[in-house]
Amino acid sequence: MELQAVLMAAGGGSRMTDLTYNTPKPMLPVGNKPLMWYPLNLLERVGFEEVIVITTKEVQKMMSTDSKMKRDIKMKMEVVCVPEDGDMGTADALRHIQQKIKTDILVVSCDLITDVALHEVVDLFRAHNATLAMLMSKAHEFTETVPGQKGKKRTAEQRDFVGVDQSGKRLLFMANEADLEDGLSVRKSIIRKHPRMHIKTGLVDAHLYCLKKAVVDFLTENKSISSIRGELVPYLVRKQFSKTTNSQKVKEDLEDQTQKKNDCSTNHELLISSRDEPLLQLAQERSCWNDHRGDMSEAYHGGKLRCYVHIMEQGLCYRVNTLAAYIEANRQAPKLFEEPPVHPSAVISERCQVGSDSIIGERCQIAEKTSIKRSTIGISSNVKEKVKVTNSIVMHSVTIEEGCNIQGSVICSNAIIGRGADLKYCLVGNGQRIEPEGKTQQHEHTQS
Amino acid sequence: MADSGVTDGNEKKGDIERAKSEGKELTKEEKQRLRKEKKQQKKSKEKKDDKAIQESGKETKGDSSAASAPQPSTQSTAQKAPSAVPAPVSVPAPEAPTPADKPPKSKAELKAERRARQEAERASKQGKKGDPGPQGAVSKSKAATNELQPVVKRLPEHIQVDNPDVLKKLAKKLERQQIPLRLDYGYKVSLFSHLHQYSRKAPLTQQLSIPSTVIHPAIVRLGLQYSQGIVAGSNARSIALLHAFKQVIRDYTTPPNEELSRDLVNRLKPYISFLNQCRPLSASMGNAIKYVKKEISNIPSQCKEEEAKRKLLTCIEWYIKEKIILAAKAIAESSIEKISDGDVILIYGCSSLVNHILCEALEKNRKFRVIVVDSRPRLEGREALRRLVQRGISCTYVLISAVSYILPEVSKVFLGAHALLANGYVMSRVGTSQIALVAKAFNVPVLVCCETYKFCERVQTDSFVSNELDDPDDLIVTRNGQTQLENWQQEPSLGLLNLVYDVTPPDFVDLVITELGMIPCTSVPVVLRVKNVDQ
Repeated sequence: MELQAVLMAAGGGSRMTDLTYNTPKPMLPVGNKPLMWYPLNLLERVGFEEVIVITTKEVQKMMSTDSKMKRDIKMKMEVVCVPEDGDMGTADALRHIQQKIKTDILVVSCDLITDVALHEVVDLFRAHNATLAMLMSKAHEFTETVPGQKGKKRTAEQRDFVGVDQSGKRLLFMANEADLEDGLSVRKSIIRKHPRMHIKTGLVDAHLYCLKKAVVDFLTENKSISSIRGELVPYLVRKQFSKTTNSQKVKEDLEDQTQKKNDCSTNHELLISSRDEPLLQLAQERSCWNDHRGDMSEAYHGGKLRCYVHIMEQGLCYRVNTLAAYIEANRQAPKLFEEPPVHPSAVISERCQVGSDSIIGERCQIAEKTSIKRSTIGISSNVKEKVKVTNSIVMHSVTIEEGCNIQGSVICSNAIIGRGADLKYCLVGNGQRIEPEGKTQQHEHTQS
Repeated sequence: MADSGVTDGNEKKGDIERAKSEGKELTKEEKQRLRKEKKQQKKSKEKKDDKAIQESGKETKGDSSAASAPQPSTQSTAQKAPSAVPAPVSVPAPEAPTPADKPPKSKAELKAERRARQEAERASKQGKKGDPGPQGAVSKSKAATNELQPVVKRLPEHIQVDNPDVLKKLAKKLERQQIPLRLDYGYKVSLFSHLHQYSRKAPLTQQLSIPSTVIHPAIVRLGLQYSQGIVAGSNARSIALLHAFKQVIRDYTTPPNEELSRDLVNRLKPYISFLNQCRPLSASMGNAIKYVKKEISNIPSQCKEEEAKRKLLTCIEWYIKEKIILAAKAIAESSIEKISDGDVILIYGCSSLVNHILCEALEKNRKFRVIVVDSRPRLEGREALRRLVQRGISCTYVLISAVSYILPEVSKVFLGAHALLANGYVMSRVGTSQIALVAKAFNVPVLVCCETYKFCERVQTDSFVSNELDDPDDLIVTRNGQTQLENWQQEPSLGLLNLVYDVTPPDFVDLVITELGMIPCTSVPVVLRVKNVDQ
């Protein structure tokens, strides 16, 4: 077997607690499908037959009852439950399932919605015998107004600095702004080997990683690493140019000295060890190919640890971990599946206007004289007469009484919007009840 | 001649009568030929009674031989010549002319042959009107039984891309093996429209499932490395291929009720098709595959699986050690004798063997300098330059357009080969024949270094018939932010041609250095024959 898929669905959604305090993030509806349906669909389309899903008990229960998951996902899902306290990082989760992992793995996060051609990432992993191959995408600006936020100012996100080489495929440098206290410093060893490095900041990490099995074994030895994105990936990227992995090296910066002692002991695990290493070496020696030119070193500078990245220029790639991303994903998600936007079982009366970019879920009842534009109506929701829903996301089992005007809002499941209510850019929590004739101001969110 | 004298006088009479009825003059050779044709006729009549299957096969062979006969005679002679060389020794001497005899065949003789064949086929037909199959697409397995009949070798699929029937057959075969078909890309120059042309941006893995189940992951990785050019060069490709085969054999388990010797060979077939789709196989790879298949089929059936696998792995290791590593050593030793102090050696492109020879010569303290000639679009000479300079050899670097300017300085030319063909032609990177030609004009000796496992039974006299077309987009270059050829596909009359190989005639090559010794180019068929007898 070549690759095993691992889906990380135990994450809490810490950046959108308004939505996730009742529904766990993997089951949030996006385009009327649970969020984790999208990465599972991606894996299934590409040809995976088995997935290991790491999730919480709550999500597992919800998964078994959700009809979409049972019907659409034909893969064999092996669910591994982890405790819900939230202390377990992604790398800890990998350590937890170390016994089940027999080959190289493909780790996907549950909040990834993308239509990437997965073979681009995996081909980098295969062709260059890489230790890590990941996916990144050019970030799109979110243009929609986010309910519940004062003004259009977003919280200042910590930027990621990603350094790639000339070809744009080899990952040379990765650091988060938070870790760079006094400026960005690049090691001399990197510059010596790759004199031209492009540093990009506007990239979104898709949290899709191909990792060699040796990395998982390494994780079991090093219990200090708890997050793949936060710690493991930067560690691997740094390790590419570490003194001890390469044969001839000159004195490095002082930073290395402290790490060197730790590095020595852990190096042998990360090095690619195949039974026929000398034969591969022989083939590479005789091959007239080099990945760089201009200096005297052989292909890959003789380094055994290599990290690659595929940067998507076009196409969808969203990580639904903030409210803004959630709203944007709801807009764009319909492009990913071929189902008709209006579910056949929905009852829609003739005199209502349902825009072509709206999604109506199963068993909905839309009464007359309603206007639904650029919105998503969830399963079993009930929309009464003379309601105007624009630019909104209505989740499952919501009742909207007559005469309401809902604009730019997110209404969570089981909410009841009273008659004549006027909601603009609001976020209504789960099970809430808006009083009739209620005028909720802009950017408010109601919760129990 | 002796056996023909023994045949019945009746047959001879019949022949003569028939020939006379056609109103032709009988020469001695014609008589012989007609007699032989009659013999085959008789034999085929016997076979007709015994086996129906062989019958239809012979029919289609007869049909297509009739269909191919009107083709230019050069092709038929070219086809006959390779069949002559590897054919079993029992083929009577006059029937197996050396390639040198074939060309001076008069038109009348060809006509006679054709007519005789038609008679034979008409006589053996049962009234079935079989369609003439795709040109030359015929099995040559009957060679053993009908050794007297001129054997038409099946034309390989990869040089008949403009024939839709052949493409259909290929598609069917790949479908059966569950391998995706790689589509050709871009407009092909008309002279080369019979060859495949793929784009590097459309890898075969696009159409495969990601955890590849049909094809072993090691083979998928190898195919990717081939198509992206990460593993390039005849020796590198062969070693990588054998390495992948080792992994396949290690991971293989015999299914119940199957024999390892037969099942493993069938398991390897789709992998080889896959690799062929990624990049056409080289001659050295073909020979390595033949060797591995032979070893697998020679595994005795009572051998346990573990032992059989171990045996196969050691066989593969032995092959690499003997045919590639030790051969390189032997070739280096012989070549160093040819390098004297003060020599100026010209090399072309990046040949692993030539680089090895030069490094060894430096170790043996020969004083020489090297001129590296390079050409677009691959610019492999840069890699050769890097390797030589790293060792401390003083090098000069020129592009192939400067070859005639630099040749007056050169004392020897060392060339590597991709394959050595049975008629003594050297198949190598495109540009090699140019260098050999210019070197000949300047009276500079040309030495080709080639291991014997690259010797191939194919015969080619030009670079058109069988070649490889690389991605045409490689020729596009961007300078100062401008790409002139960006929209070359929109120009209806513009075609980009990126050839990979060319053939050098033996007249331009002075010596071939192999591990068996230093032989002239025309001794290649002898080596092949000796090899066949050995095995």
